[in-house]
Amino acid sequence: LKKQKKNRSAFCLRGSQISITPHNSLSVPQAAPVAVFKLTQDFNNDQFPNKVNLGVGAYRTDEGQPWVLPVVKKVEKIIVHDDRLNHEYLPILGLPEFRSSASKIVLGDNSPAILENRVGAVQCLGGTGALKIGAEFLRRFYNGSNNTKTPIYVSAPTWENHNAVFSSAGFEDVRPYRYWDAEKRGLDLAGFLGDLESCPEHSVFVLHACAHNPTGTDPTQEQWKQIAEVMMRRKLFAFFDSAYQGFASGSLEKDAWAVRYFVSSGFEMFCAQSFSKNFGLYNERVGNLTVVARDADNLKRVLSQMEKVVRITWSNPPSQGARIVTITLTSPELFSEWQENVKTMANRVLLMRSQLKAKLQALGTPGTWDHITDQIGMFSFTGLNPKQVEYLVKEKHIYLMASGRINMCGLTTKNIDYVAESIHEAVTKVQ
Amino acid sequence: HLCLNQTSVFSLSVYYTHLLWCSSWWGGVQMGPPDPILGVTEAFKKDTNPKKMNLGVGAYRDDQGKPFVLSCVRKAEAIIAAKQLDKEYLPIGGLAEFSKACAQLALGPENEVLKSSRSVTVQTISGTGSLRIGANFLARFHPGPHDVYLPKPSWGNHTPIFRDAGMQLKAYRYYEPSTCGFDFKGALDDISKIPEQSIILLHACAHNPTGVDPRPEQWKEIADIVKKRNLLVFFDMAYQGFASGDIDRDAWAVRHFIENGHNIVLSQSFAKNMGLYGERVGGFTVVCKDAEEAKRVESQLKILIRPIYSNPPVNGARIAATILNTPELRSLWLEEVHGMANRIIKMREQLVAGLKKNGSSHNWQHVIDQIGMFCFTGLKPEQVERLTKEFSVYMTKDGRISMAGVTSGNVGYLADAIHAVTK
Repeated sequence: LKKQKKNRSAFCLRGSQISITPHNSLSVPQAAPVAVFKLTQDFNNDQFPNKVNLGVGAYRTDEGQPWVLPVVKKVEKIIVHDDRLNHEYLPILGLPEFRSSASKIVLGDNSPAILENRVGAVQCLGGTGALKIGAEFLRRFYNGSNNTKTPIYVSAPTWENHNAVFSSAGFEDVRPYRYWDAEKRGLDLAGFLGDLESCPEHSVFVLHACAHNPTGTDPTQEQWKQIAEVMMRRKLFAFFDSAYQGFASGSLEKDAWAVRYFVSSGFEMFCAQSFSKNFGLYNERVGNLTVVARDADNLKRVLSQMEKVVRITWSNPPSQGARIVTITLTSPELFSEWQENVKTMANRVLLMRSQLKAKLQALGTPGTWDHITDQIGMFSFTGLNPKQVEYLVKEKHIYLMASGRINMCGLTTKNIDYVAESIHEAVTKVQ
Repeated sequence: HLCLNQTSVFSLSVYYTHLLWCSSWWGGVQMGPPDPILGVTEAFKKDTNPKKMNLGVGAYRDDQGKPFVLSCVRKAEAIIAAKQLDKEYLPIGGLAEFSKACAQLALGPENEVLKSSRSVTVQTISGTGSLRIGANFLARFHPGPHDVYLPKPSWGNHTPIFRDAGMQLKAYRYYEPSTCGFDFKGALDDISKIPEQSIILLHACAHNPTGVDPRPEQWKEIADIVKKRNLLVFFDMAYQGFASGDIDRDAWAVRHFIENGHNIVLSQSFAKNMGLYGERVGGFTVVCKDAEEAKRVESQLKILIRPIYSNPPVNGARIAATILNTPELRSLWLEEVHGMANRIIKMREQLVAGLKKNGSSHNWQHVIDQIGMFCFTGLKPEQVERLTKEFSVYMTKDGRISMAGVTSGNVGYLADAIHAVTK
């Protein structure tokens, strides 16, 4: 977050330094590359034969390869052979069957809110797009006029793009809420609840539905209940980011527990859903902004205004990914197959977690390594400090984020020994 | 039992708090106004008249009135399917082979701009996404006045896009209602008064909604005066190939301005000319003074893109790139685009022939002179209303019709209807 703040103010400073020059000589400063993509670029350029990429968040097989889900391959064949399908525009809010089936996935088929007709959705370009539309809507309509000063709270740490999504939507005050306790390597619940108690009323909180990025540390159900109680009492807005449903535990229901609990507690809320990871549809940009409103009338008005936001952003969303997801979710057979594919991914990650921990313990690597298996989802906050990270990148050709975040999917049975030994070296040699 | 009680207590306490405060966050949110064009389609759907015609739709239809999937698109899809590619994220700026081909299509492969790498092209979410990124870029970096001059009239979505990006909207004369043609004198007059370094948006071809394009000699004069005023040119090219049937002819204005020394910004869409509407394929190009500037601009475009949608969708871009970069498919595409443009031209001719046959005393030459998907008929709102109520012919209130909705099967009916409300 500090880095993001620095970039932001540096940008603004440059902005004020732009002088009037003829338009054919733009005063455009070079922007810093996005860290996670730079990491992959460096990895790609590295010639070391045993290099390992533990950076960017995409699933890899045990052969270290991207994985197109078998059910996706099947459905794509169905699509390509269906002559009735064309490339016409989708409605502005997206494919209707996609929106409803995607919302059902996160809220549950029998969600009372759905049965009460107060759930709607906007098909968006990935989870990012869903956050964007939600943020733009909030900036226009949430918390009265002159609301750009409404604090937007994002966890410390959080996915690096959260900050930019909300600030580029016009919110002037994006701040951290305490979340990760580096000392005990777990959730700083007291700090989190403390921030919930002391923040301005009506603040917006961006909550990770499961598999927190980058720490992999989620509140327990009991802790979520405490969080919800404070948020309801203090009139805080819940904006869930659900990018890993199914991918975290292997169970769709389990991974959606927090979102469903908030809905059953009566919150009006947003949930930005991504199907990039759990469907492996990264580059098709499939996302859904689920909106839970007080009633059908409020919902209708909200969606009509979201439509206006969409129209001036991308007009209408891309059809391919939404079709794949819809066909899968609405066919019992394909849906089961998808659940199996999701379990395959979740299980491989769980296996790598348990193996990494076991190897570190066997090596006698200083420190406790329970957090490797306590944490959930794609990422693990190892607790390695920047110097140790630098050692791993430069000396061992193991690429991970400066925060110490590793993508468990980058681990395979073939490289896990090398990684464990290297971590051992880093921890013992570098303080 | 103890656990159950604790759970009940917790969720009950939350629930009761919620009951005490039962209003919605959204009580003050008004219903958004219905989209004028979608409203036309909604009304059309409800109409039970078997002869009904939807001339609001901005999507090409074949002579049976059906959506048209180009053969080159189907072939490209088959090639792509066979490759069994992965689904990894594209770079923020999109599929490289698409961006490159997109720029080459607009500028011509031998263009000096491309040879010296002094432009950057990013893949965007079709034309709208391209305009939005462009507007955001100008809002952040344009050193001159943040006034965007649009032709009068322009595509309805231009104004809200630029406005939301923080730009001010102004206009220059363009359409002359008395001739249903180009108000060349008025345009030059207005453009000559635009404050220096302002931004002027030009429709590269097949002006939407009028179908009225400047002739090459007129474009030359416009380019001269724009240069004198030192304006930043923003070209919107949504119909390359679709207008005249010839991709080079339709890009003539864009290329002329570049040759003439303008470092333009350009939005391209492949929705119409490749029929890839729902795949959202487009590009945004900035022509810079040199390669170094282009690199800086590219880095900033990425910063603008990332918080909106991170990186663009692959499917349509792969299809477009495959078509543009595979010689047989490219030839096939050029033929099919030519075919679509020709059908539109034929319908224009048949409509005018039909009106003449009906004995219409009006001059309908503009229907043939106008180009592209749309035709500004010159019909007044009352006449448009009659067309809808009495004949179930649906169009927008400004008298704009989409020629794509006209077929050899219904052009006679349309001629009869128009004659009936104008005689």
